[in-house]
Amino acid sequence: MGGVTVAEGPIVSLSHVDAGYPGATILADVSFDIAPGEIFILLGGSGCGKSTILKHMIGLNPVLAGTLTVAGLEWTAATREGLCRRIGVMYQSGALFGSMTCLENVMLPLEEFTRLSRAERRERAMGLLRDVELADAANLMPSEISGGMCKRVAIARAMALDPEVVFLDEPSAGLDPITSSSLDDLILRLRAEKGMTFVVVSHELASIFKIADRAAMFDKSRRAMVALGVPAELRDSSDDPFVRRFFNRGESDGK
Amino acid sequence: MGTLDFIGETCACAAGMVFHPRRFRLGDSLLAFQRAAYDGLAVVSGVGFLLGVILAFQCAAALKMFGVEIYVSDMLAIALFRELGPVVTAIILAGRTGSAFAAEIGTMKANEELNALTTMGLPPVRFLVMPRIVAAALAMPPLTIFHELAGLVGGALVLSTMGIPTQVFWQHVTATSTAFMIVFGLAKGVLFGLVVGLIGCCAGMRAPTTSDGVGAAATAAVVWSIVAIAVGDGLIAVLAWIWGV
Ligand SMILES: Nc1ncnc2c1ncn2[C@@H]1O[C@H](COP(=O)(O)OP(=O)(O)OP(=O)(O)O)[C@@H](O)[C@H]1O
Ligand SMILES: [Mg+2]
Repeated sequence: MGGVTVAEGPIVSLSHVDAGYPGATILADVSFDIAPGEIFILLGGSGCGKSTILKHMIGLNPVLAGTLTVAGLEWTAATREGLCRRIGVMYQSGALFGSMTCLENVMLPLEEFTRLSRAERRERAMGLLRDVELADAANLMPSEISGGMCKRVAIARAMALDPEVVFLDEPSAGLDPITSSSLDDLILRLRAEKGMTFVVVSHELASIFKIADRAAMFDKSRRAMVALGVPAELRDSSDDPFVRRFFNRGESDGK
Repeated sequence: MGTLDFIGETCACAAGMVFHPRRFRLGDSLLAFQRAAYDGLAVVSGVGFLLGVILAFQCAAALKMFGVEIYVSDMLAIALFRELGPVVTAIILAGRTGSAFAAEIGTMKANEELNALTTMGLPPVRFLVMPRIVAAALAMPPLTIFHELAGLVGGALVLSTMGIPTQVFWQHVTATSTAFMIVFGLAKGVLFGLVVGLIGCCAGMRAPTTSDGVGAAATAAVVWSIVAIAVGDGLIAVLAWIWGV
């Protein structure tokens, strides 16, 4: 399992990356580094390219230009298998396997990549489901649980192999404030216990100020990263009207 | 993913499994086999029976002019074992199983489940495609045998109404059919099963992620499977004729 191998240098690094799809650049010239153990938030309006840039980071789509490394390695056919086991991903839609129960979904990575016995796998998967407060949904099919519950099962599945970096695409969208806040606590706890790095797409301002070490903000109209830094500092002292407005929930602050 | 990429990856995956047989998802394959073979027995046998009845009537009408209705049994055996058995069974497999493969995998793609597998380090070709293709190929021999036997039963029934005893019918069938003929037909069936599985999975993997994408993928799977079966059967017939078998 991944465990805490303290990497030299950044765990995720983007250098002059053009993000998008073949023939359609969504974000141009994005550069930032994420340090091991950091909780890093991707911010921006709907459709600005947060999921797109996340898909580059998890190796689903190749970047259009520039260099992107995870744990010092670029995504290639040779590094893919090794890198996949060091990351955990929660997709915006949850992407649970519809033909398996919630418990089986969480057990699948354990089954494929560990030598644990069936009972041990089960125990570990139940522990993960308890972490996301879904132990009682273990034997339900994904079609039998709500959208927010699907996302939490997907988070449990992403954590199954103790990955070094966890990528979460809007984990708290569709969750009530209490569940959302306990999810924040879970993220903070896992970071403290296991030194995991989190890259999170989020719109929840409360959650962002609570958990984020740093954030990057993207603007659709400029097709660029417009801010990078500690969220509270960005809110208070950014020169960019778009950034200030974002943190003021869309109200312009008259500055 | 292009069609050629898909075929290449599938072949590479199949080759890899020769060296790492434990990577094969046996449980998934058994489930797909059950759905393709066991759940399909009734419809395959039913169609076989009706085909046998219809063919027997048609042939008997012609052969009656010469007073040799008994040769219906020989015609039926040859037609079923060599051609109709594997071809019709494969077409039913395309409609039942090839389309299901395309729809299942296409839905998983739209739901980002394929992406999830990929980023978990579980290539969808190994995880979803291989078990299904193997299941489709292995489902063909039992389905074909049931189809052929049901066809013969239908034929026997028709002839018995024309005064030809069932015993005589079976004597003619066993005298005309050779083991080679039957095995040749079954081997053809396995090949068609592989093609149906491959086309069904390929259509699913390539399904557009729109709301009508899954439907389009299922349609494409059935249409291309039937085309491939027809063309493949024609080619095999020509080759068999050239080689004199
Ligand atoms: N497969 C694709 N091919 C081409 N363009 C795409 C594709 N998928 C998304 N896009 C475009 O990329 C842009 C960014 O999409 P993305 O999904 O990254 O947005 P997002 O920031 O995650 O938004 P949201 O907060 O709504 O999830 C959108 O304008 C969209 O039109
Ligand atoms: Mg998104």
